[in-house]
Amino acid sequence: MNNQALKELLYKMADDQLILGHRNSEWTGMGPLLEEDIAFSSMAQDKIGQSLALYTLLHELGERDPDSVAFTRNTNQFHNCQLVELPNQEYDFSLVRHFLFDTAEALRFEMLSESSYEPLAQLARKIRGELRYHTMHANTWIKQLGTATPESIARLQKSLEYALPFALGIFEPSPFENELISTKIFLGEENLKERWMEKVESVISQTNLILPDWNLVKPEFGGRKGTHTEHLQPLLDEMSEVFKIDPTAEW
Amino acid sequence: MISKEQILTWLEEVKDPEIPVLSLVDLGVITDVIINPDHVLVEMTPTFVGCPALDYMKLEVETLLKTKGIIPHVHVSFKKPWSSDLISEKGKAALKKYGLAPPPSNKVFTDLEILETAICPRCDGDNTEMKSPFGPTLCRALFYCHNCKEAFEQFKPL
Repeated sequence: MNNQALKELLYKMADDQLILGHRNSEWTGMGPLLEEDIAFSSMAQDKIGQSLALYTLLHELGERDPDSVAFTRNTNQFHNCQLVELPNQEYDFSLVRHFLFDTAEALRFEMLSESSYEPLAQLARKIRGELRYHTMHANTWIKQLGTATPESIARLQKSLEYALPFALGIFEPSPFENELISTKIFLGEENLKERWMEKVESVISQTNLILPDWNLVKPEFGGRKGTHTEHLQPLLDEMSEVFKIDPTAEW
Repeated sequence: MISKEQILTWLEEVKDPEIPVLSLVDLGVITDVIINPDHVLVEMTPTFVGCPALDYMKLEVETLLKTKGIIPHVHVSFKKPWSSDLISEKGKAALKKYGLAPPPSNKVFTDLEILETAICPRCDGDNTEMKSPFGPTLCRALFYCHNCKEAFEQFKPL
């Protein structure tokens, strides 16, 4: 088993969950309606809990403890895709990001439930059930607002076009793709991307939204290698503010 | 020699802090009890991975067993993942009495349309509508009953 390949996979997944979990939590108390306030807060709790479980797997593989990993790394040590670090902006963008990301994440955990790395497979079998509620929520609202009024459709369309290059960045190939595939740890980003495109197309086709030709969308890569937008640092500063006051405090 | 059954009977006293009518045993989060010569190993698994009540429940199990003179080792794992089908019939009845619709079999996951209705715990009718798959805790969804003209919560199938 190649630990380096496995760790790279676990880090990028855990970082995605942590950072998007934090972004989702920023909707707490700010949602456009109470149910959405609760939904984004619940998804934040799920995602941050899932990131903890993934960081715990990494800790078992010899990495530092989850709190140190979450709160003390620099931006260039985070492997999340850039999509998840973008500011929430208005609700239309947050919803489109939630739809694009969680569709991929649900499929990723579905694939990982067959992983040859048993601890990850066990966790994936658990998480995939939870994520069904996330995709159900996203699909409901995309279908609802994607067929509602000219304004809701135009807003979603604009956010979709803005988010798609970043969404393709989810599937930035890892330097270990071949190893992950040959050891049956993970079927690979390219395989995931194909499943994702099919799923995204099937939901969007039930709305008035239009997907551009995939070949014309240039992926925003870099996140997986530690290159981030200017939005990640302020997020990390805020997230780790309390921890850094006294890193040795017992809670 | 202490028996597994005795331990499980004692653990009936430990309730889910978010649903105080439901014991951890009826909730299905105690996945195994192994009696060792010098300690008792209790295997637990969370309902939801991000469940904030897990540490509290773990502590409650340890505290209770210590009062019974047992040295507890509580181990949390995903080896036997929790599903709402693990809630006992007694647990489901307790949920309904508490006003929470018990989860239907998680087989409904193959059909999301069914997931969007629930049996109202007050009138037992199915003239209900899902308002949100997310509620006040990770394991609850929000519904509305058109018969009672009132909102209710459902323990989510998972």
